[in-house]
Amino acid sequence: MIKKILIFILLAVVGYSLVDVFSYIPFGEHRDTVGDFYLQQSPETLKVANTVTSIVVNFRGFDTLGEVTVLFLAALGLSSIMYRRKRKGEKDVRAKKPSSRILQVGAQIIFPLVVVLGAYVFIHGHLTPGGGFQGGAIIATASLLMLITYRKFKVNHNTISWIESIAGVAFVSIGMVGLLKGMSFLENFLPTGELNSLLSGGVIGIIYVAVGFKVAAELTGVIDTVLLNNRPDSNNENN
Amino acid sequence: MTWLIIPIIVLVILTVGAAIYAVVTKNLLYAVVSTGLISLGLSLFFFILQAPDVALTEAAIGVALTTIIFIITIRNTTQYEDEENDNSAVKGGSND
Amino acid sequence: MNQLLTISFYGTAIALILIGLYAVLAKKNLLKIVIGLSIIDGGLHLLFVAIGYLSNGTAPIFSPEVVGQDMPMVDPVPQALVLTAIVIGFAVTAVALSLVIRLYRHHNTASIDQIKNLKW
Repeated sequence: MIKKILIFILLAVVGYSLVDVFSYIPFGEHRDTVGDFYLQQSPETLKVANTVTSIVVNFRGFDTLGEVTVLFLAALGLSSIMYRRKRKGEKDVRAKKPSSRILQVGAQIIFPLVVVLGAYVFIHGHLTPGGGFQGGAIIATASLLMLITYRKFKVNHNTISWIESIAGVAFVSIGMVGLLKGMSFLENFLPTGELNSLLSGGVIGIIYVAVGFKVAAELTGVIDTVLLNNRPDSNNENN
Repeated sequence: MTWLIIPIIVLVILTVGAAIYAVVTKNLLYAVVSTGLISLGLSLFFFILQAPDVALTEAAIGVALTTIIFIITIRNTTQYEDEENDNSAVKGGSND
Repeated sequence: MNQLLTISFYGTAIALILIGLYAVLAKKNLLKIVIGLSIIDGGLHLLFVAIGYLSNGTAPIFSPEVVGQDMPMVDPVPQALVLTAIVIGFAVTAVALSLVIRLYRHHNTASIDQIKNLKW
């Protein structure tokens, strides 16, 4: 009983302080922020149409490197925590009955379309809303559909590890090329084309393609590990 | 944006109602589906606030991937919150 | 009218934070606690994006129809921060759930009342 009263008091204090602080920030008013500088620089200097992409990859590109690292560590920690050795008599954990006819036919038709949509989203990340993380998540959802529908759909963990590693190394080495040329890390060293064309923005499009591949491979590996509950490179007999 | 006031009110009721239901209910499967509904409502909020990148990310990650990871956890643990009257088909272990 | 809009956006975000905080503090099942963490994340992201909004502004993308005209655009910096935050929130939720599975396998219960090693 005393615990409920204390929780209520804590919630009231937190709620009151939040309401009080945010009453000083009026909704929808113009303030002079650093966003004005980025909105002016992005179509003129970098020639990139999507301002959020130019902030995430170019102006604040180091934070994106940190985010990619955090995702990698999360995938690593997940697969190492959920590992256990096979006990005797433990069967495959997926469903025993084959899925219905509608699901099988539908998944076969939808899977390549969703993969193409995901690839479109991360290739055109600097022109339309989208980018590497969104496209990678869409491709991971497509492979989840195939894993649920078919028992025999296998994800080759060796291929996924190679794709993920090569994409991560490509991201860092593009940054290092900027460093070797005398400019700062992750600086734009390719010529920027014109606004709203596919080859605009120099290095930004290439970095987002690498991030898209890396996130897609990583999330597919995470989903596969969680569904099948065994370690990627162990010798499992039921696969 | 003032002519969008009725969809905004509906979205507010949907999001807060789904959040309250996710915390109060005892069936964990319903709570997980309600969390997906919260992500959907948030994605529509981001669209109204003129942020299409954020809306895409929240819809792609919050609705599909988070829900599947929660459901795998429910399959490996219990489905109901208080375990005395747990007569569901899912209980412990990882065998079907 | 502006009051009503302010209340609905900020109010929803603060309500989500408080509901998630209640789920973390008062619930006994481990999975409910992780759901509460996920709800707190959602409320925070909405609060961030709502701060950066500009009245009658449009999305910060220079599509071919908008180039050259001087339309007011919303602030793009909070959107870039929230993009990173959503992905990291998902990673944290995934690792927390794998810890829940591990705890269930060891103690055979998912209720924090009965995991007696943590009590002092």
